[in-house]
Amino acid sequence: MKIMICPVNGPRPVSEFFCWGEIRPMPDPDTCSDDEWADYVFNRNGAPGVKKEWWCHSASNTWFIVERDTEKDVVLRTYLYGEAA
Amino acid sequence: MKRLPPVAGEWIDRTREISFVFEGKSYRGHPGDSISSALLASGASMLGRSFKYHRPRSVLSMANHDINAMVQWAERPNVRADVTPLTDGMALTAVNTFGGLRADKASILGAFSRFLPVGFYYKSFYSKKLFPLWERMFRRLTGLGKVDFTAPHLCTAKCYGFCDVLVIGSGPSGLAAALAAADQGADVVVVDENARAGGSGGYARGADEVLAATHNDLLQRAESHSLVRIMTSTCAAGYYTDHWIPLVTADVMTKMRARSVIVASGAYEQPAVFRYNDLPGIMLASAAQRLIYRYAVSPMRRAVVLAANADGYRAALDLVAHGIEVAAVVDLRSVIGDGEAETAVIHQGIRIVLNACITEAVPASDGKGVAAAVVVPVTQPNEAIGLGREQIPCDGILMSVGWAPAGNLLYQAGTRMRYEKSLEQFVPDVLPAGVFACGRVNGVHSYAARLLDGQRAGSAAAAHAGFGIAMGVAVPNETECPTHSWPIIAHPKGKNFVDFDEDLQLKDFENAVQEGFDNIELMKRFSTVGMGPSQGKHSNMNALRILARLVGKEPQQVGTTTARPFFHPVPMSLLGGRGFTPERRTPLHSRHDALGAQWMPAGVWQRPEYYQVADKSRSDCIQGEVAAVRNGVGIIDVGTLGKLEVIGPQAAEFLERVYISRYANLKLGMTRYAVMCDETGVVIDDGVVGRLAEDHFYFTTTTSGAATIYRELSRLNTLWQLDCGIVNHTGAFAAVNLAGPRSREVLAGLTDADLSASAFPYLALREASVAGIPARLMRVGFVGEWGYEIHVPANQGAALWDALMQAGGGHGMRPFGVEAQRLLRLEKGHIIISQDTDGLTNPFDVGLDWALKMDKPFFVGQRSLRVIAQQPRKQKLVGFVLEPGYAGTVPLECHLVIHQGEMAGRVTSIAFSAAVGQTIGMAFVAPELAEVGNAISIRLSDGSQVPATVTRTPFFDPDNLKQKEAV
Repeated sequence: MKIMICPVNGPRPVSEFFCWGEIRPMPDPDTCSDDEWADYVFNRNGAPGVKKEWWCHSASNTWFIVERDTEKDVVLRTYLYGEAA
Repeated sequence: MKRLPPVAGEWIDRTREISFVFEGKSYRGHPGDSISSALLASGASMLGRSFKYHRPRSVLSMANHDINAMVQWAERPNVRADVTPLTDGMALTAVNTFGGLRADKASILGAFSRFLPVGFYYKSFYSKKLFPLWERMFRRLTGLGKVDFTAPHLCTAKCYGFCDVLVIGSGPSGLAAALAAADQGADVVVVDENARAGGSGGYARGADEVLAATHNDLLQRAESHSLVRIMTSTCAAGYYTDHWIPLVTADVMTKMRARSVIVASGAYEQPAVFRYNDLPGIMLASAAQRLIYRYAVSPMRRAVVLAANADGYRAALDLVAHGIEVAAVVDLRSVIGDGEAETAVIHQGIRIVLNACITEAVPASDGKGVAAAVVVPVTQPNEAIGLGREQIPCDGILMSVGWAPAGNLLYQAGTRMRYEKSLEQFVPDVLPAGVFACGRVNGVHSYAARLLDGQRAGSAAAAHAGFGIAMGVAVPNETECPTHSWPIIAHPKGKNFVDFDEDLQLKDFENAVQEGFDNIELMKRFSTVGMGPSQGKHSNMNALRILARLVGKEPQQVGTTTARPFFHPVPMSLLGGRGFTPERRTPLHSRHDALGAQWMPAGVWQRPEYYQVADKSRSDCIQGEVAAVRNGVGIIDVGTLGKLEVIGPQAAEFLERVYISRYANLKLGMTRYAVMCDETGVVIDDGVVGRLAEDHFYFTTTTSGAATIYRELSRLNTLWQLDCGIVNHTGAFAAVNLAGPRSREVLAGLTDADLSASAFPYLALREASVAGIPARLMRVGFVGEWGYEIHVPANQGAALWDALMQAGGGHGMRPFGVEAQRLLRLEKGHIIISQDTDGLTNPFDVGLDWALKMDKPFFVGQRSLRVIAQQPRKQKLVGFVLEPGYAGTVPLECHLVIHQGEMAGRVTSIAFSAAVGQTIGMAFVAPELAEVGNAISIRLSDGSQVPATVTRTPFFDPDNLKQKEAV
């Protein structure tokens, strides 16, 4: 992947972007166990496949969601947070 | 060999002559010649020595894989003579010879070849003890060009290119594709590594005038089309994702971004394998055609053509048309086609020997050329029969037995290839989206069919790029197989070379398989086939056929090795390009320069480390700046701090969530220290939050954290969707810290604001005018003095600085740098995030418990800190002092604290404090050592230990009297 599609600015070189990582829903800090919390904080899933990630177009500080197949190196779709479920 | 009479379309300019030197001898050539063609035209026959046995070699392909004709050109090693344009005054030597090309002493190695079997290195030189000796010897014996360490550093630019359709290869199919795509409205770029466009259309002629006219017309149409740009002498060096292709010329690399890519790269002609197939004078048929049509060089006087396709017959006709005698066409097949070329050969009375092979070439008496071809009948497929052996005298042999697709870029793009039995060739089976193939690389060989295939691919590629719709074009199948399945003839005495780069013979492959290296990747590594400079362009296909036959598999099952960038070697100077180290400068940069600032990098910023005073040492300068702040007044540029604003009804709520302290209750016009943790509870940043209005906060981050903190806060706000916005003012504001007992006097002369302690107390935030400039003022105490941080719009920063410097002049004010600030804050025991903390430090470790408001509903890191709070501490940041009057070596940051022979911590900050009169510092230590008054021991780099005592912080002015109004 050398091109990423910013939902606001369109296709741009990937060097203009920052990849934060996979979206991981935070467990409720008040009800989860210490182990659940530690798993959330420390463990990442490195297995290739379809991932939903946070990306930022650095030049315009635009955060958005990327659905990406990391096995096939294909960007499936990108959209602003809250725009598409 | 000699120059032919003018040949239509030749590349050389006969009106001019240029001279050059090769191996100490002067030669002449024409502009347009390659080094090889000029040498051959001047009568040279041997151009180089082989890599391993130092055998005499000459032209093989004339297509950028004549690895045995590489030369050293001044500081440039391994220049490919077959394709490098001749320039005036070139001084060249052959690479890899001992005592020159003609009498290379290392050619003796050929006689020892049977003692140098395949895998020789692996089997003979595994002894660790002797390895360095052998390595030195073999590096000397088997090197190529010499690296000149005094070569000038070349600064090359990189270019960025864009097009709709990129066509790689300007042969018949590539040109047809370009025209079809351009006719549909696409912006087309055609690249070709050769000096002129046209590809095989320019030389694979078969002396056919009609074909030549057709081709010239095609070329002219492409060159004159307004939407087609043709880039010659340009190599498409690799394929990268999203159709990104580095285009490499002699002095620049262009990163070309295309919407679709057509690979029309053609095919590499493949050599036949027979004894002494490497002698000068034996070459691929296409090499002879290139010599004739490009450079007007006669490749030989009397030729034998070894053929297994119509291309061989066309080459024979090309020879005859240019006055070269063809003694015979020896055909591996029993039946030949009835095409125009074959018919013409028969018609001209050229002898054709069917069902026959060349088992060996007879060397000329000096061993540096060919005297005859030994022709022997074959059974099918290709077992030589002893009977009917005939020796045909000749001084050159053409090999025309088949093709391998130049599919490197297709492989890199992820194309699945399929071995097509009817063509005996790998062809693209499944192409990635936006990648197209046409022509020989796609298994289409006859001229008319290639034009149609190009048209098909060009139309489809344009459609993919959004121009027009893909035309359905029927491409006829080949009428004969262009490639022989087994152009390999065994010989009991060997020297039948498969890989000319590495001098690998047929038996080397047989031995490798016998030893168990019977998989293509293993065989490659064991035998080194395809690992030479040409990367298997003429050897991989034959190696694959040999392996397939030895293990009883089909080529499809054996598969190919991985094709990696680059397609041809790319000079390091083009890859390196220029170095970029972007740096940021504050609006006051020129002012610091004028004051003798010594610069240091702080993240991406340049900051004054200290200001050089004439005749003073670095440490005297720093101590002088510290003294000025403690006793009078100093000024430091803090414009590198991250400067953010959060505005909106939920601005306070936002800060409550991202910082560990409480901000909802922060009074208007006040500031509060702010520490940020990540989700694991590790301290990542600090700063000051000030409240300008109920819904409006101004806050700072560390210098190095500014960009990432702003980015992450933006993400959190996107996620939380709070009703507030964040603005990054880092570059928009200039900021200075005016500090010292006399700072108020300096400022008082420049502002109408009430600076009394009651009106503007410690930690207050005020908006006021300073020297007529609207400013935000904060009374902060990082350096432990009465002081003001003054933030103004960046474009007025210099005016503010000048006004303050002028006002401070009468008070002995000095600018101070980062080093002085570090010492001043150390005296106060204030930590610097990422110097006194690391990637595991939590607020408890560094005594920031007081800032933690665990009873807030939520903040980032809170859940982890709840867990951490229950656990025993692993480390504690403490202050320490060295013994008063200590005169030995002072420990450095990161020196270890040692307790009972074990590591028990490390120093994070250390410096001599004139105010304290001792060397002071901070260190992480094990909790049991953290008691004030404890003796600790710090180990220096030389292993000796320095005693120190744990001390309460701040070291200086523990009751912060200096920030209070004198009583």
